[in-house]
Amino acid sequence: MIDELFTISTLIGILHSCVRLATPYLFASLGETFGQRSGVLNLGVDGIMLMGAFFGFYVVFEGHNLWVGVLAAIAIGVMMGLLKAFVSVTMQSLQGISGIGLYLFGLGLSSLLFKTLIGSVEGVSGFRQLPIPLLADIPGIGHILFNHNALVYLAYLMVPASWFVINRTTLGLKIRAVGHNPEAADTLGVSVNGVRYTTLMIGGALAAVAGASLSIGLQNVFQENMTNGLGFIAVALVYFGSWRTVGVLGGALLFSLVNALQLWVQALDIPVPSEVAVMMPYIMTIVVLAFTARQIQRPAALARSYERGE
Amino acid sequence: MNTRLFLAKLIDVLLPVLAMVIALLVGVLLLLLLGTDPFEAYSALIQGALGNVSGITQTLTKATPLLLVGLGICIAFRGGVINIGGEGQIVVGALAATAFGVGFGNLPALILLPLTLISGATAGLIWGGIPGLLKARLGVNEILTTVMMNQIALRLMNFLLRGPMLDPEHVAAGTSIPQSAALPESIWLTRLVPRTLFHSGAILAVLLALAVYFLLWRTTIGYRIRAVGLNPHASRYAGIPVPKYVTLSLALSGMLCGLAGAVEVLGVHHRMLEGLSGGYGFSGIVAALFGKLHPLGAIPASALFGALLVGADKMQRAVQVPSALAIALQGLVVLFVVSSDLYVRRRTRRRVGEDGSDGPPAAEGERREESEEERDPAQLARGEGGTIQAG
Repeated sequence: MIDELFTISTLIGILHSCVRLATPYLFASLGETFGQRSGVLNLGVDGIMLMGAFFGFYVVFEGHNLWVGVLAAIAIGVMMGLLKAFVSVTMQSLQGISGIGLYLFGLGLSSLLFKTLIGSVEGVSGFRQLPIPLLADIPGIGHILFNHNALVYLAYLMVPASWFVINRTTLGLKIRAVGHNPEAADTLGVSVNGVRYTTLMIGGALAAVAGASLSIGLQNVFQENMTNGLGFIAVALVYFGSWRTVGVLGGALLFSLVNALQLWVQALDIPVPSEVAVMMPYIMTIVVLAFTARQIQRPAALARSYERGE
Repeated sequence: MNTRLFLAKLIDVLLPVLAMVIALLVGVLLLLLLGTDPFEAYSALIQGALGNVSGITQTLTKATPLLLVGLGICIAFRGGVINIGGEGQIVVGALAATAFGVGFGNLPALILLPLTLISGATAGLIWGGIPGLLKARLGVNEILTTVMMNQIALRLMNFLLRGPMLDPEHVAAGTSIPQSAALPESIWLTRLVPRTLFHSGAILAVLLALAVYFLLWRTTIGYRIRAVGLNPHASRYAGIPVPKYVTLSLALSGMLCGLAGAVEVLGVHHRMLEGLSGGYGFSGIVAALFGKLHPLGAIPASALFGALLVGADKMQRAVQVPSALAIALQGLVVLFVVSSDLYVRRRTRRRVGEDGSDGPPAAEGERREESEEERDPAQLARGEGGTIQAG
């Protein structure tokens, strides 16, 4: 039975799943990258994801267009980002703990809304496969890379887009300045709080889309706590990727590869103690964090509140 | 001055209560928007949690693990480290206690019971100590490692409960509920009220609250933990081995969470099963914050949140308002409590300024110690990486 895992078609299937399952990690981690580069640690990503997953699903469930669902998720994500910004930036609260508050709020509210407004586990028809003409016909690679739904492509497009915004635009320069030395940025006339509000809203929107990519893109169903802590992994992936978009991409693919392998091992009924195998990415993340912890490219002002002097 | 100090302290104590009131009001708004009657819902909640003996004993039963976890959180946060790994530490504590209690089931109860509790506590100590060591020696962010350790613990539990620890009787009967064999009845914790789940673990938790208070404010170790939490740089300058105390606070925190898992097994379920941690790892953080990170404040706080959890379940059954409301309310309480810290910090700064100009601060040693007790660990969530050096 182990042999089945190594046939070409299985391998293609696994890689296809890997590319597909990286979607929520990518959206959420790239969003978190914006916040962290500006110096704010948002630990509430999982809560925002759940809210996005619910609102995206609910709008589609009520018969609206899928993209309207994505927009609804973005709207709720921006609102959750604003809430986090108010608590962390305006009220200067301790960022790690306020993130826990946001997580519990999103977890509880999404379950409350789900039970009140929908009640039982229902399915919707989410985003369909959208094979890219010509490219999808390439044997092997075509199926792995170019036979996905629109949200999957969008997630990968967000990688260069985020890189561009952070490294090649004025906003990106401000983000990096505020994250590195808020006092100096303030002296130069950059609104520290304004920049942090912006990045947290961007991060909230992307986290919510990450949630929606689960509920109307990959699983096409909403369940209570359906993210299962994925949002916390997304936060870790930003550290894992040393605050670089390419690093985040690598981390997301690593986690999704393990998820994909696990799915296929189960599907093929291979007797591998998969519970032990799925511990590996978490152990690996700890090891990587241990080796990279002393790196200096961390935003120097990460998780530090900023208050203007008198 | 003294009246002002008293007023300030009163406000400090009342702020969490105010946060709770605001959270409940937001809850009213939510329920109205969802078209349910908030007064019906809240009265079902209160009635369910406190209305009769059954409700009160369930509340206290839920409060027990919350208090133990909350005490662990107090130590960690006072020591300037954030422990989000409560869930995982509860799970490994429960697993270790079950494995020991079942494995050495023929030992006399007088020896087996303490050893079972100790194995749970030790497992939690290790599970919290690893992130502590990584932070102290390598500067790894403990928030991330404790989150990862949660995931690893859950996987470990899934594996053990489906394989090595699966109840042999279930295997024989052909059912496949993932749970362990039962612990010997001789070491089950005594029920304090007959025919309820309320067990003597509650007494242990309250005694430990006193012990943690004593540790933090009456011993050198506790003084150093708090000093490191308030200012690692100054602590290192004063000759305190900072890495050692960072590790110690997370390890002790994990130990109390592991003990919570062991107590849940010994007092409530009498075996290990899935879902045993029940979100206590997070609710314990809420309770600790609500109690102003004070071990004695954690006692009423955990009772309050125990009541909220029990009441929400009853409310769901009585008037069909989902119990998830309680989780959302907890989130709001955290957000309001941490936001109100801005006010406390600003006032502390004003007071420090006045002390400097008004009179000789050295003559008021006792009061200064008191006010230090009130302050939040300034370095919390800021002790990122490079601030702590080995040696």
